[in-house]
Amino acid sequence: MESMEARQIDRSHMQVSDEVAIQISSMNKWYGQFHVLRDIDMTVRRGERIVVCGPSGSGKSTLIRCINRLEEHQSGQIIVDGTELSSDLKNIDKVRSEVGMVFQHFNLFPHLTILENCTLAPIWVRKVPKREAEETAMHYLTKVKIPEQAHKYPGQLSGGQQQRVAIARSLCMKPRIMLFDEPTSALDPEMIKEVLDTMIQLAEEGMTMICVTHEMGFAQAVANRVIFMDQGQIVEQNEPREFFNNPKSERTKLFLSQILGH
Amino acid sequence: MGDRNASYVRTEMMEPQAPPITEVGAIRWVRENLFDGVLSSVLTVLALLAIAFLLHELGPWLLNSVWNAHSLSQCREILQGEPGACWGVINDRWAQLLFGFYPSTLYWRPVLALVLLFVALAPVLFPSAPRGLIWFTLAYPFVAFWLIWGGSIWLPISVALGFGIGYATLLATSRLGLLISTIAAVVVPVLYWLLFSGDVAGWLAGVVPLEIRAVPSREFGGFMISIIIGVTGIALSLPLGILLALGRRSNMPLIKVIAVVFIEFIRGVPLITLLFTASLLLNYFLPPGTNFDLILRVIIMVTLFASAYMAEVIRGGLAALPRGQFEAADALGLDYWKAQRLIVMPQALKISIPGIVNTFIGLFKDTTLVVFIGLLDPIGLASAIRANSDWQGIYWELFIFIGAIFWIFCFGMSRYSMHLERRLKTDHR
Repeated sequence: MESMEARQIDRSHMQVSDEVAIQISSMNKWYGQFHVLRDIDMTVRRGERIVVCGPSGSGKSTLIRCINRLEEHQSGQIIVDGTELSSDLKNIDKVRSEVGMVFQHFNLFPHLTILENCTLAPIWVRKVPKREAEETAMHYLTKVKIPEQAHKYPGQLSGGQQQRVAIARSLCMKPRIMLFDEPTSALDPEMIKEVLDTMIQLAEEGMTMICVTHEMGFAQAVANRVIFMDQGQIVEQNEPREFFNNPKSERTKLFLSQILGH
Repeated sequence: MGDRNASYVRTEMMEPQAPPITEVGAIRWVRENLFDGVLSSVLTVLALLAIAFLLHELGPWLLNSVWNAHSLSQCREILQGEPGACWGVINDRWAQLLFGFYPSTLYWRPVLALVLLFVALAPVLFPSAPRGLIWFTLAYPFVAFWLIWGGSIWLPISVALGFGIGYATLLATSRLGLLISTIAAVVVPVLYWLLFSGDVAGWLAGVVPLEIRAVPSREFGGFMISIIIGVTGIALSLPLGILLALGRRSNMPLIKVIAVVFIEFIRGVPLITLLFTASLLLNYFLPPGTNFDLILRVIIMVTLFASAYMAEVIRGGLAALPRGQFEAADALGLDYWKAQRLIVMPQALKISIPGIVNTFIGLFKDTTLVVFIGLLDPIGLASAIRANSDWQGIYWELFIFIGAIFWIFCFGMSRYSMHLERRLKTDHR
């Protein structure tokens, strides 16, 4: 957490507008008989930086995976940027190309170079000319501070570098919303910081972000809202200072004492 | 580091150093690999004895080879009771082993087709080949068909036209959705081939007659037949196998059921049964008067047979891909076919290379089974050659020759696949 405080965060662009980016209303999801997500209601406004936390199995990953329909919900409504997610493939592809996602295990394409990883979707989904896609890719690779690795393969990079490439790959699609699914959980402690720095940088530029993470330092530094989930439900949500210093629910208190206690 | 003092600080980092001299060199290799212990030494000596015995038995037979003879009895005269191989049979009958009863003045046509095959394969096998060659690769099947079977040039052209029609249909119906346009792009050309392609070819031939001497399939034989069936089967079974593997993993119940039933049925039936079906039964089902070429029927059956195995090999590769790869492709907005083509297949096929090449090699060697339905493949020709009184009783030389040629092809495929695996190795594990 010290690293987080060491850095001065520029809040000038972190502005939450009134425009609704994601609207989730009474959404439910089951895996067979198991009720994973129960009656989720959630509104995300443009420019918000939301951290979702909770014990494992609480449904937090499933929740953000529903937002770009890697998981299907069975009832309720999810509207992303004005497009409702249903079984209509056109809508799904539209939402997916607007929403970037970063995974716990990076999921870079091992048979393609770093540069090809970044240009693939712009070229094939957005129909951007190759030259232009490569320029954009180099721009974002420079931003995540690894332009010199562009012609290597993912297997030659460290975990932290791979995760930064994954972030750059998502950014190349110029998404309006970014989802992070435990982006630092598979990393060595020394590499967590470089990934978090990249995420903070993104927040400073005003990106709408939803992050599932246990990095409470990150939550305190950049989130404007923290959501705590347990047993498939949103148990508590608040702005970070209140959430950490003055949790209301007993479950939240227990969770916080366990993860901040050591 | 003192005994009781746990504190230690390294002041200088150590440079890497060369290994001790006893860890390298040829003598060390021999000791480690050939005479490493009593058992290993005994086995080495036994292996050397076995090699010596084989050389002693086979050496004279090979050294006394007779190349210039026109019958087995002539060979025996030359050898005068000594052991010796009579390669005269290969010298005498090589053309037949390669081409069967193909007219000898037209040998240049299959030879040219074979040479062009390598040109057509270049852009598929080697990334350094000029990209423009891929157009020749696409045209090659029709060129080769015309060269080998001869006849009017308009027949292969009118068949090729069907693929153009299919592609045009795909473009024209693309707005109706992926599923409908895919179905239309299959149905329309099939209808064209069944109903119109013959007339189109006939009409074009009437306008501009352009033909070379036709050679009927019954005159084909030898390695020509093995290579025709093998290469076509290999080229067609891979894409068909990919589709079947995808079908078997599909979420759509109908497609999944079709793929599973097809794969399990074809895999559960011996190839020879399918070949007999091709040669005998199909005639009953086809409308009377249709002359459906036997080699074509065999190619279809061999392809179906190999594609069922191929599908399972590729399914193994698909199953080995982490779920995250599919999810990352989805999350980037790639649609199903793009994700398959750009992300999934390049990796799944790479994982399956050994299995795929295994199936290819199996298919190529299985082409010798066509002897049972009366096609004269090399094995069939060996019997035909022995039926002649000149060469009655000659076995080893023919089989060694045939085996050697098959081995060269299969070994070539195997080496190429190892080269490909190395070339595609990007994961640096």
